[in-house]
Amino acid sequence: MSVGDYIRESQIWKSIFRHPAPVDRRNRIVVMLTNFFLHLHPVSIKKQGIALSYTWCMGGITFFLFLVETITGVMLMFYYRPTLEWAFNDILALRDVRTLGIMREIHRWGAHAMVITVWLHMYRVFLTGSYKPPREFNWVIGVLLLVLTLLLSFTGYLLPWDQLAIWAITVGSNMARATPFLGYEGPGAQLLNVGGFDLITSGSDARFLLLGSRFVGEDTLNRFYILHCVAIPLVVSLLIAIHFWRVRKDGGISQPL
Amino acid sequence: MSNPYPDLTPSVIFGLGWIYMILFLLNIGWTVRSYKSKQHVRLPALLGGMDVPTAGLWALYAVMLGIVAVAHFTGSNRPESFLLRMPLGAKMAIDSLANPVKYFTLSVVLFVAVVYYRKQLVKPHVAWTLLNLSLIFMAVSLTDWDFRQIVGKPDNVPIVAMLFIVAFFTWLYFKRAVDNDERIAAGRPLYEQEDNEKVLVWPDLVYTELICMVVLTAVLVVWGILLQAPLEEPASSVKTPNPSKAPWYFLGLQEMLVYYDPWLAGVVFPSIILVGLMALPYIDFNKKGNGYYTFNERKFAILTFMFGFLPLWVAMIILGTFLRGPNWNFFGIYEYWDVHKLEALNNVNLSELFWLKWVPSSAQGLPVAPAGADEGTKFLVILYREWLGLVLTIVYVAVLPGILAATIFRNFFYRMGFIRYMVFSNLLLMMAALPIKMVLRWAFNLKYIVAIPEYFFNI
Ligand code: HEM
Repeated sequence: MSVGDYIRESQIWKSIFRHPAPVDRRNRIVVMLTNFFLHLHPVSIKKQGIALSYTWCMGGITFFLFLVETITGVMLMFYYRPTLEWAFNDILALRDVRTLGIMREIHRWGAHAMVITVWLHMYRVFLTGSYKPPREFNWVIGVLLLVLTLLLSFTGYLLPWDQLAIWAITVGSNMARATPFLGYEGPGAQLLNVGGFDLITSGSDARFLLLGSRFVGEDTLNRFYILHCVAIPLVVSLLIAIHFWRVRKDGGISQPL
Repeated sequence: MSNPYPDLTPSVIFGLGWIYMILFLLNIGWTVRSYKSKQHVRLPALLGGMDVPTAGLWALYAVMLGIVAVAHFTGSNRPESFLLRMPLGAKMAIDSLANPVKYFTLSVVLFVAVVYYRKQLVKPHVAWTLLNLSLIFMAVSLTDWDFRQIVGKPDNVPIVAMLFIVAFFTWLYFKRAVDNDERIAAGRPLYEQEDNEKVLVWPDLVYTELICMVVLTAVLVVWGILLQAPLEEPASSVKTPNPSKAPWYFLGLQEMLVYYDPWLAGVVFPSIILVGLMALPYIDFNKKGNGYYTFNERKFAILTFMFGFLPLWVAMIILGTFLRGPNWNFFGIYEYWDVHKLEALNNVNLSELFWLKWVPSSAQGLPVAPAGADEGTKFLVILYREWLGLVLTIVYVAVLPGILAATIFRNFFYRMGFIRYMVFSNLLLMMAALPIKMVLRWAFNLKYIVAIPEYFFNI
């Protein structure tokens, strides 16, 4: 008996993998049904539905990048403290001192790449008309994922706390000041006053809600950190789960009738 | 004394040598490919008018690239006298194209040309030629100091890549769509319907995924090693950088700020884009083109979406990233980002045009409320002052959909029903609002159609 067979015949191995090695047709089917990670997939699939030139693999790549971001992000969290005192220096240390400092590079480039791949995924879904019935709602979930991907990237942009970071966030969030009715420089905000007392001020408007402050400061850093590392990833994970579930329930990858 | 902004340095020349080397190898591969396909082209009469194998031409070109590459490797030690660089005249000619009007016009023309010439474009040789041209243009441009500064910023590298990637996938789409359109016209089965039996997910899909993950991991690691993530000076709330730019994926929106106030460009339009995207599956009533690539069966949808994605989103990001410098001024790709560059700003509001130019009797000025007037009177005077813009805006959003429904969108109106049609037409008009305002700005220096700064309400 070869070593491989010995391992695969052992009680430990068999307790982990609930199926024999997928070497014959029967077990290739069984593996898809009994493995937790693989059961996302169907057992068999139309050849054109998985052709790279059809799906461009962009949804899958986006998902993979999300996983990469999660893993590298957790590693970065070990080294990073979201305070005015430490944020910048911790990132600097990642560059100069830490052995696995490259995690920051991978995290940043992965984030840029994810924004691009999510656009391309949407582009291909549009171009193949895959948003048409019965997949309308999965497209809507997709749009939410698109927004959240951008927000993930946006909130992460602040964390290095360098000039690039705070000014990009300042420029980006200044827009919120002009929200109709809800921003203190937005049209209609003046109308929202009670007995001559303005409800919408620079300390109570949409921008304040976003920044936790009148300007991009430590409260903003804290707020963005929590959004970036906890709140948004949780929502994205949930939506991705629904998205994948719907891909299956809507009949798999779209195909000509 | 050495130039602090040298166009060429030994390491730049050496790096370019590698680029040409890679191009050389790619074209050797391409030559082999066309040798196998045994294609011939007819030379123009000027060159003798005979049939030659395409592989011969590609081989010639590849050899030239090889020579260029070697020239870079051997000539890198004397950058001053190195000849292969972007000629000054060409730089000036290209920079003179550099203003928002020409840029936007050019991107729209390009878009139209791509759609119009799609059948030619999808031919492999044409696509390969275009790819080579654009890569060589990039390589030659890299001999310019200013170009390198902006393209070589670590955060901008993915955007350069995006340009090529988006172009590639647009090409791929047209390739498949043109093919399918021909099949449909000839009554043959679609590409997606041929050779489409069921296969087992293990191994066919699972292995693809595995390979994909390995390749991507490798790409990310190499990218991370080659290119350091940027880290500038520590944040300072008093030192405002010039230009201050939003993260790159929002630069299309920031570019919109040139034409619209923040409440529109930063809040209303982005919201409408999102609502519009979500509404899209419920608006498009065309049942065809579900699950396969086609252009002819859904021209309107494809053109609208592509127009929004390519000239209005991607091209605006490129513009915001590479061509907007200090004070959000427009700079050519070879132009130095001079903080002191002045651009005349003499934009006028529609109400000013109306009261000061078009109505001679009121040449003294715009209507103002008498001193000490109450809020109500002031408000009415403002409405009076801005009446033309307000009327135009109302016509645009409320009357125009009706007119369109009775004319060019008659068919849509019947198929969609009232509500769906109203949502559709308003979304379309909102999308058209940006190009319309651009054209108005360039043609008439128009600043605001409705200008009510008193209430932060400018359109
Ligand atoms: C975090 C973001 C996203 C992830 C991880 C993701 C992932 C995926 C994956 C893995 C698939 C399977 C097919 C494929 O790879 O093309 C898929 C399909 C699909 N996605 Fe996404 N997606 C995301 C965002 C979006 C967006 C932005 C849209 C559209 C606005 C969208 C709409 C759809 C639709 C309609 C399908 C079904 C396509 C078909 O059946 O051909 N998704 N998605």
